Amino acid sequence: MTLELQAVAVAPRGGAPLFPPVSLSVRPGEVATVMGPSGIGKSTLLDAIGGHLAHGFTLSGSVRLDGTDLLPLPPEARRVGLMFQDAVLFPHLSVGDNLAFGLARSVRGRPARRAAVEAALERAGLAGLHDRDPATLSGGQRSRAALMRTLLAEPRALLLDEPFSKLDAALRDDLRAFTFDHIRSRNIPALLVTHDAEDARAAGGQVIALEP
Amino acid sequence: MTATRPDGGLLRAAVLGVVALGLVLPIVAGLWQTARAGAGVMPAIGATAASLEPLRALVALPGFGTALWLTLVTGLTATALSLLLAVATCAALHGRLPARAAGRMLTPYLAAPHAAMAIGLAFLLAPSGWIARALAPLVGWDRPPMIATVNDPAGVALILGLMVKEVPFLLLVILSALSQLPVRQHLAAGRSLGYGRGIVWIKVIMPQVWPLIRLPVMVVLAYSLSVVDMALILGPSNPPTLSVLLLRLFQSPEIGLLLPASAGALVQALLVVAAFGLLWGLERAGRALGRWWVRRGGRGLSAEPGLWAATAVSAVLFAAGALAMLSLLVWSLAWRWPWPAIAPESWSLRAWSSPGGGWAGALGNTLILAAATTAISLTLAIAWLEGEDRARRGRAGWAEALIYLPLLVPQIGFLFGLNVLFLRMGLSGGYLAVIWAQALFVFPYVMIALSDPWRARDPRLDRAAAALGAGPWRRLFTVKLPVLLTPILTAVAIGIAVSVAQYLPTLFMGAGRIATLTTEAVTLSSASDRRVTGVYATLQAALPFAAYAAAFLIPALVWRNRRGLVA
Repeated sequence: MTLELQAVAVAPRGGAPLFPPVSLSVRPGEVATVMGPSGIGKSTLLDAIGGHLAHGFTLSGSVRLDGTDLLPLPPEARRVGLMFQDAVLFPHLSVGDNLAFGLARSVRGRPARRAAVEAALERAGLAGLHDRDPATLSGGQRSRAALMRTLLAEPRALLLDEPFSKLDAALRDDLRAFTFDHIRSRNIPALLVTHDAEDARAAGGQVIALEP
Repeated sequence: MTATRPDGGLLRAAVLGVVALGLVLPIVAGLWQTARAGAGVMPAIGATAASLEPLRALVALPGFGTALWLTLVTGLTATALSLLLAVATCAALHGRLPARAAGRMLTPYLAAPHAAMAIGLAFLLAPSGWIARALAPLVGWDRPPMIATVNDPAGVALILGLMVKEVPFLLLVILSALSQLPVRQHLAAGRSLGYGRGIVWIKVIMPQVWPLIRLPVMVVLAYSLSVVDMALILGPSNPPTLSVLLLRLFQSPEIGLLLPASAGALVQALLVVAAFGLLWGLERAGRALGRWWVRRGGRGLSAEPGLWAATAVSAVLFAAGALAMLSLLVWSLAWRWPWPAIAPESWSLRAWSSPGGGWAGALGNTLILAAATTAISLTLAIAWLEGEDRARRGRAGWAEALIYLPLLVPQIGFLFGLNVLFLRMGLSGGYLAVIWAQALFVFPYVMIALSDPWRARDPRLDRAAAALGAGPWRRLFTVKLPVLLTPILTAVAIGIAVSVAQYLPTLFMGAGRIATLTTEAVTLSSASDRRVTGVYATLQAALPFAAYAAAFLIPALVWRNRRGLVA
């Protein structure tokens, strides 16, 4: 599974492109980093890959995952996971149900699904928090729950939108290691957007700088 | 180049179709029918020749000129004073009162139906009402004074009644507009330049607020110029305001009067258009004058006392509204209540004790209509907003205007014509006709109430759900709707309140066969037994209150373990 961007550029309708065309190929298990000043359109690039682009933007170039053209597909069919700056857990669901929302349909039967969710909680150090209100978790716990939710959906690629920037320094190292380890063990390509050079170094993959 | 492709085309087409056929068509067709009848063409009663005769007959009616004048005076005065008080009160209290508390305080006044409020105010203001009773020992009245305090020929009581409902509405509208502006910073900047608080409001804040509240102010203006139920209860009776005069003509057994009545409905519509023109002219003039005034740089440190005086008047209106609501309940439970006692001497449940004799049927009808119109309106509103989401685009200006359309056209202008059409289709007098006509007014309020919270929710929740493989319908039902439970229930409560309050659509389309709490309460208000009137008006007010209470309590219960949703 390789994520391939070829001359991808995004422009507001009738306007100039936000950044020069981006081409890169992310190998399975690699975490590539896109860096650039704020406002350059880093998040918009991720939106374009994930299929979340707002109306009025024009996308050029091609995005392929494992040879499949992603652009004609609606976001829910792309199987591209998305991680945000704040974890963005669903506020109306318990922690466990947030994970169950993500858990792939292929896991069938209530006991099996429950077991899969419990196992994922366990792996994230969240054992026993199945019924908790997500709003009562700490920042680090929320991020780990969100990552587990994303991984349970069995994504074929992962997009990370500054997922560590709101955490304090000690927690940040922890969570980076946790996230990157999971990506490597899943052997899926990941694209990280950040303006923290430390993130890029820890990711260890190729680094692309977006400049106007 | 691939442009992002708008999704949900089918859903959007369906919504557009329903809105065009269900909302725009009835209004346009109704206006057209009324216009034809106003020009003397109404084949159903044998009138086929177009002429100006109906208009001439209308103008020749005794009291027409006075009615026209009264309509203008009451409508314009009520709107202007309400706007003035609301703005000044906001300026005086903003930042001193938490927005949530203010919103909660306004809710009962928004929920109270116009008719119930008018009946309560009539109880309060009448020569035998609470105010006169409280004054009696001080002034030495030993019997109710012989002053026309309700139905006064100048329409003062009607203006007061309209203001009690309109000041809270405008306050809410202004508060929500202010929440979109950096008021605190602008106030600080203005005051640090030496301008008084009141002057900063007039010179800096209001010019920014006005574009956001222009449409609601137009709604208030159109409503004040064409109100029927409040004018029947509080307004002058002989001659009455134009809308009441027209209602009498429409309901007259003499069929020939339908033509001048229709011509009058057109006059009413033109009156509203003229008032909008006046507002537009004032806005232009105000802009020019305002610029000149701003450039002069006057600091006007003395506006503060004016603000506080206006706030005091608002407080009096709020107190009157609260007492009016209370008096409904007290009268429904009173038995012997001689002048000038402040409270009844003896109490009784007799007025409540025979539901089979009347109020149970009216309550049932009211509930059916409220449930049906609110369900339809909410479904359409959610479908509309979801369609916007799927196309990932905002709302065009014409679509926004379409939502407000039913609130800007005077009801009497198109309801008569619409009823002519319903008669031809065999719908008139049935539930379907009344539900349809009421939904024309319920939908805009539900849509307006739901739009802002819908757009203000965290869009990343949808993206997260989509990235996890959830399709558009699963996203709607398992993420959006649950997260929006509170605003949805608030919109439902508003829908119920609007439906319960509808008088003219129920009267016209129901052809007198569908009695609701509102039609009964208005009819009874001119009768003598205040106890029975009190029962109907209390029930009428209680339904929206209950709906708002439910909208407040249900989310608190459902989300008691979800801190992220009970902000």
